[in-house]
Amino acid sequence: MEFGSINPVLLLASLMVAATPILLAALGELVVERAGVLNLGVEGMMIIGAICGFAVAVNTGSPVLGFVAAAAGGALLSLLFAILTQFALANQVASGLALTLFGLGLSALLGQGYVGIKPPPIGKLDIPLLGDIPLLGPVLFSHDLMVYFGLTLVVAIWAMLKYSRAGLVLRAVGENHDAAHALGYKVVRIRVLAILFGGACAGLGGAYISLIRVPQWTEGMTAGAGWIALALVVFASWKAGRVLLGAWIFGGVTVLQLNLQAAGIAIPVEYLSMSPYLITILVLVIMSADRSRAPASLGRIFHASQ
Amino acid sequence: MLRLEKRPQPSQVWTYLTPLLAVVITMIMGVALFAALGKDPVAAITTIFWEPLFGEFAFYYRPQLLIKGAPLVLIAIGLSLGFRAGIWNIGAEGQYIIGALTGAGVGLAFYPMESWVIFPLMVLAGAFGGWIWAMIPAVLKLRFGTNEILVSLMLVYVAEKLLAAMALGLMKNPEGMGFPGSRNLRQYESAHNAELITGSGMHWGVVAAMIAVIFAYILLNRHILGYHIRLTGQAPRAARFAGVRPARLVLFCLGTSGALAGLAGMFEVAGPAGQVSIDFNVGYGFTAIIVAFLGRLHPVGILLAGLLMALTYIGGELAQSNLGLPAAAIQLFQGMLLFFLLAVDVLTNYRIRLSRPEVA
Repeated sequence: MEFGSINPVLLLASLMVAATPILLAALGELVVERAGVLNLGVEGMMIIGAICGFAVAVNTGSPVLGFVAAAAGGALLSLLFAILTQFALANQVASGLALTLFGLGLSALLGQGYVGIKPPPIGKLDIPLLGDIPLLGPVLFSHDLMVYFGLTLVVAIWAMLKYSRAGLVLRAVGENHDAAHALGYKVVRIRVLAILFGGACAGLGGAYISLIRVPQWTEGMTAGAGWIALALVVFASWKAGRVLLGAWIFGGVTVLQLNLQAAGIAIPVEYLSMSPYLITILVLVIMSADRSRAPASLGRIFHASQ
Repeated sequence: MLRLEKRPQPSQVWTYLTPLLAVVITMIMGVALFAALGKDPVAAITTIFWEPLFGEFAFYYRPQLLIKGAPLVLIAIGLSLGFRAGIWNIGAEGQYIIGALTGAGVGLAFYPMESWVIFPLMVLAGAFGGWIWAMIPAVLKLRFGTNEILVSLMLVYVAEKLLAAMALGLMKNPEGMGFPGSRNLRQYESAHNAELITGSGMHWGVVAAMIAVIFAYILLNRHILGYHIRLTGQAPRAARFAGVRPARLVLFCLGTSGALAGLAGMFEVAGPAGQVSIDFNVGYGFTAIIVAFLGRLHPVGILLAGLLMALTYIGGELAQSNLGLPAAAIQLFQGMLLFFLLAVDVLTNYRIRLSRPEVA
């Protein structure tokens, strides 16, 4: 085994790529949960995004259109969740699980003709001067657009929740839906919009896996990324900035274990590939002691009659 | 304009009707789905729901109903206890795998000794394996307040990796010419979970599932612990005032569902599957969630729902080979069923009223 074969600069650069899918999905879920809705269907929406994005990108030859389709696909699936939980007042945990099971089945069906195809390549953004800086250049400034889109989204969501009126209303709905309703805010409408946004983000995250990270289509390829994204929201105490930190940690663990596999470490591959899931559990254990930051209405059903 | 009005009491009639309604809607949507896939929808529906029961080769498929139904019912019964109390174990797939590994591990450890004690020991080991795997989320929840949904689910992926590691490493058949997978337990008489009546599909797992149904029924209807489970689910605050200890419920519900899932895995690996292999698990742990809801978390309902889901598995395989229907279509079909079930469930707790928009 040679640790020397692991290049720390490449490791950090690929960390940014590995972190992007769960970052996007977790940011979407963060907004959903701040609105007081627990959508456990992230995995299902991600895999639908992965196949929608892949299919459209292959057929049109445009990765950009692929990402647009992925966002639309994820949002469309999340609409089912919104109808179930906001209009049919179904249990959110059960509905989220249903969404995941349904999404996994639907994606397998849609993806039948796409196994073994390569998607159109997406250009990397080589910023002329910044990209040439030693160390920082390859780590920070030589990625595809979606990496930067993810980073921008972190800032946008942080600012939206903290400073904008829309963010305040969203948080009010999540903290106490009865009070928000009494103030005249449309609780159901706000929640539906948040759910759709969450679905679109999860779809983008899924498409990032199938179009850039892997890049090809295989059944069930998200392999728990959606669930890790859910854990990430808890880890981040429902704060956008800490989602980024968490995504980098998970990205780092994933990349490191892949590198260790490649370096031929004496531990069998199967045990190494358990590590992202075990780390997730560990992080949940550490972070769950403080439950006070969770939105107070999280997971509760809202019906205007009560 | 449509308006929902909360019923003072959940409707008794709709409690029984909603699962049937969901099945009917799913069938209608299934027809549309099969038509969209370019298959004859009527042929598809009859292949899935009629052929396995009354078709030409029903003698082969009917026993399969028990073989596929037993693990689903066994797991779903365990899950339903927790679901009633708001304790969400969704990692049954992982507990199922670990149960199979510990059960098969004990069996393989005795090879080639023949003795009647081996099979009972395997049963105990299987239940213990599932129980221990479910105790991880339970203890973490009680000690650190972690979410049992996420932890139990993460452990499914860990269990899958462990299964692969075992099939390729420790439990690999030394006489298997390098192929992955353990010795075949079907060829090892003391460890074989054989059919009790030849050709019936009845094996010890089916017996265990029946016992689980009966015990769950008694527990929920005649025992104080079952009452506490139901009370906690319906009114957590009232339950606390009544002296229910939530920690005990978490340990009991997660532990029981884990042990039952472990049993299901052990019976499967020693019988129908025969060996520990990389692709041993086929998603029973997740389908059992649908079974539990479709059965309205009621033991008898779960029994019926388990048989129906087993039928879609068998019919789905049949439709796959006869009509070229993709395997994923059945998965989608099952997912749809849960969707419609949750959607029509609103009728149990709410009345739909037509009303004119009120003037403020």
